[in-house]
Amino acid sequence: MVANLGFGTLLITFLVSIYGILAAYIGARRNSPALVDSARNAMLLTFPLLTITTVSIIYLLVGAHFQYQYVSEVISTSMPMSLRITALWGGQAGSLIFWSWLMSAFASAVALRKWERDREFLPWVIMVSLITLAFFLILSIFVENPFASLWQTPSGNITTGMFQPAGTSLYIPTNGNGMNPYLRHPGMIFHPPALYLGFVSFVIPYAFAIAALITGRTDDRWIRITRRWTLVAYLFLSLGLLLGARWAYDVLGWGGYWGWDAVEVSSLIPWLTGTAFLHSVMIQEKRGMLKHWNMLLIILTYDLVILGTFLTRSGLLSSVHAFAQSAIGPLFFGFIGLTLIASLSLLSRRWNELRSSVEMGSIFSREFLFLLNNLLFVLLFIVCFLGVWYPVLSEALGIVGQKIPVLSSVFNGQKVTVGPNWYKDITPFFFAGLLLLMAIAPLSAWKSSNAKTIARSIWKPFVGSLLVPVVLIVFGMRLWTALLALWLSAFAALVTLYEFWRAGWARHQARQENLPLALWHLAGKNRRRYGGYIVHLGAVMMAIGIIGIEFFQTETQKTIPQGGEISLGHYTIQFTSLSVFDTQDGRNIARAVVSVDKDGKYVGELYPRRDYYYESQQPLTIVGLRSTPEDDLYVILADWQSLSTAGATFKVYHNPLVWWLWRGMIVFILGTLIAAMPMKEAEKVQVKKAVPVTSKAYSP
Amino acid sequence: MEQAVEARPRFGGRVKFIIGGLLIVAATIYLIISSTRANAQYFFTIDELKERGQSVIGQNVRISGAVIGDSINYDPKTLALSFTIANVPADNKLIEAQGGLAAVLHAAVTDLSRTHMDVLYYGPKPDLLRDEAQAIITGHMGEDNIFQADELLLKCPTKYEEAVPSQVAP
Repeated sequence: MVANLGFGTLLITFLVSIYGILAAYIGARRNSPALVDSARNAMLLTFPLLTITTVSIIYLLVGAHFQYQYVSEVISTSMPMSLRITALWGGQAGSLIFWSWLMSAFASAVALRKWERDREFLPWVIMVSLITLAFFLILSIFVENPFASLWQTPSGNITTGMFQPAGTSLYIPTNGNGMNPYLRHPGMIFHPPALYLGFVSFVIPYAFAIAALITGRTDDRWIRITRRWTLVAYLFLSLGLLLGARWAYDVLGWGGYWGWDAVEVSSLIPWLTGTAFLHSVMIQEKRGMLKHWNMLLIILTYDLVILGTFLTRSGLLSSVHAFAQSAIGPLFFGFIGLTLIASLSLLSRRWNELRSSVEMGSIFSREFLFLLNNLLFVLLFIVCFLGVWYPVLSEALGIVGQKIPVLSSVFNGQKVTVGPNWYKDITPFFFAGLLLLMAIAPLSAWKSSNAKTIARSIWKPFVGSLLVPVVLIVFGMRLWTALLALWLSAFAALVTLYEFWRAGWARHQARQENLPLALWHLAGKNRRRYGGYIVHLGAVMMAIGIIGIEFFQTETQKTIPQGGEISLGHYTIQFTSLSVFDTQDGRNIARAVVSVDKDGKYVGELYPRRDYYYESQQPLTIVGLRSTPEDDLYVILADWQSLSTAGATFKVYHNPLVWWLWRGMIVFILGTLIAAMPMKEAEKVQVKKAVPVTSKAYSP
Repeated sequence: MEQAVEARPRFGGRVKFIIGGLLIVAATIYLIISSTRANAQYFFTIDELKERGQSVIGQNVRISGAVIGDSINYDPKTLALSFTIANVPADNKLIEAQGGLAAVLHAAVTDLSRTHMDVLYYGPKPDLLRDEAQAIITGHMGEDNIFQADELLLKCPTKYEEAVPSQVAP
């Protein structure tokens, strides 16, 4: 019953979307506001409809209706209510519905904004949003239906289908598979929705870009309207990536946070082009340059978002992520190909209109430095893209070797993969370059600055930052790459803080405000700029954490009897006791108690654990972690003998400075939040100047 | 058309940027090539690796196979972990045609005529290492024809995201 309701509303949403697409198109072509309004109502209707679909799935999950394939895949009787709800995105079919539901929510929010000033965009924004939505609905209806039931044939085979096949009876398993224990960590519960929110909200700037191309209103209005959408997309995408990193650190038990795994990189890729876009739109707003480039970047980001959604859910790339094998690959590639071709041909039609007559300033002007930033991000994107697709490309390019014998040794058609070390050899140069740009660009001005003006403002933070490597050398650090990286971090951080200080001090002097208040007002007045700087500070903090763990991580592993000790750096851990017991919710827990000494002084106890889930027959490692700004001590219970006196094996990691990575994440997200907040003051000013600003209609 | 030509910026900052940009792009290409030389790994099935015999000994490669549960042997004292994997096809289409990854892995483990390979790894036993898991292993072939693993990735498709709950599968 509920399943029929959910599937019914899913079908109706699809039909409503198709109607909306047609009404918007015809309405725009025939210049009929009534039709466009009808299309807008259709778009608004998709949200309540898909909410019914989503709630239906949650109802089936919470009630553990195992006759439905999806429910039996992701739920088990022992799972608590909260996990059953989050199982909505625990598998492929549910994830796709969840994606569509978020898409309809964002589309509705866009439909509800005030459209007076830019009504000509409306039908096209509706069309692009609904085409994207309809594509995902097709996947849900025809390929990955979350409401399909299990049916048993007389011979005992189980098939699935929405409707009862002839001669079968309904099959109701007594229990389901349950959610992978690895995914029950809070970081992993909120990681997919955050990532999806980020993915989905990048559709909105894309929709406006296409609307601008179709209508020929190719000034920077579409950028101003969607500025905040881009920041919201960036906020959630960043949050999703960061939660994933934290999850890896807590759950996977290899002492790291990022493994350059193909799926990880696939979700990083749209973030890279998105970051480039976020910076380059500022050049178009301030200087009227790079109009083609911004169009290209947003088109690319949109298709990479779709590709990312697919890659994280397909079996195409081998990865630690548990993949689903599914038939949706060709559909995804078809859709990506079509949207890419359509978007690029629209862009080429407007190519000449997008030319700008502005001359670039000196190589120390802000636009030049922003361009360099873009170049680095886009090259980083190309590197990551190549890394992910290397296995596929190397096989496909075998044809080149066959046709041109000279190249047959290079392109031999054998599948080649590149691992984490490949990325680790290439990417640090880019990160160093980006840190350097972060140090120089904030002190540059649009158009006018040159080497002299930069030098005048930069010498103080520059000299200050040199103290960091000097002190480190005195304390015995000799690794020049680490010294360079830490110096760059210090340089970027000091420049950013100096910027705050300079502007805050000036305001303090001019307005007789006390300094903290002056800083507060300053940030409030130009949220985008100072929010951006806070993001930079967060990025530098993360860089410090990454430098710490990448350059200075040490590890050891040892089997020790009760009372035995393992030493690593300043730390000594002593194995106190081990207990093994069953829990109510179907786990067998082995929990060790180890006491930790630092430089011979007792600093606390850690409890590394291994939980074994009977139902899914899977153990889960839970790390004993002591985290301080100086370093993390990360203890894993690797193995134990059934009689605890016989001993246990521990793996111990010492991760210097990684605390800063997690704190930097919070600062990074806060900065993005500040940049994305609506700005009332500036808006009033701009309205007076009669500049078309529509950002007040923003609704998150 | 003429307007468009007029609207073109004068050369100056643009030339500087293009030259600088080309230098950075060239450096990136160099980095990619040198890193590929150092780090690229051939992805072999067990059959392909055995075919190549002596020529791949010591070479850094990546292989994939189905873990045979009974062969798993772990000594927690030395952290020596040894197990045997059976050949599975690497081609996704082929896997799909044979009924999905879970079915392919099951067939590989039960079919004794498949090519087998012994693997040796030092480190804690991964949680996911068990019968009919897919192991993706980075390492090199030793002189003794035992594959020395540096890195172990495991996939267990049987429990999650399978068409039919495994307890009812025939």
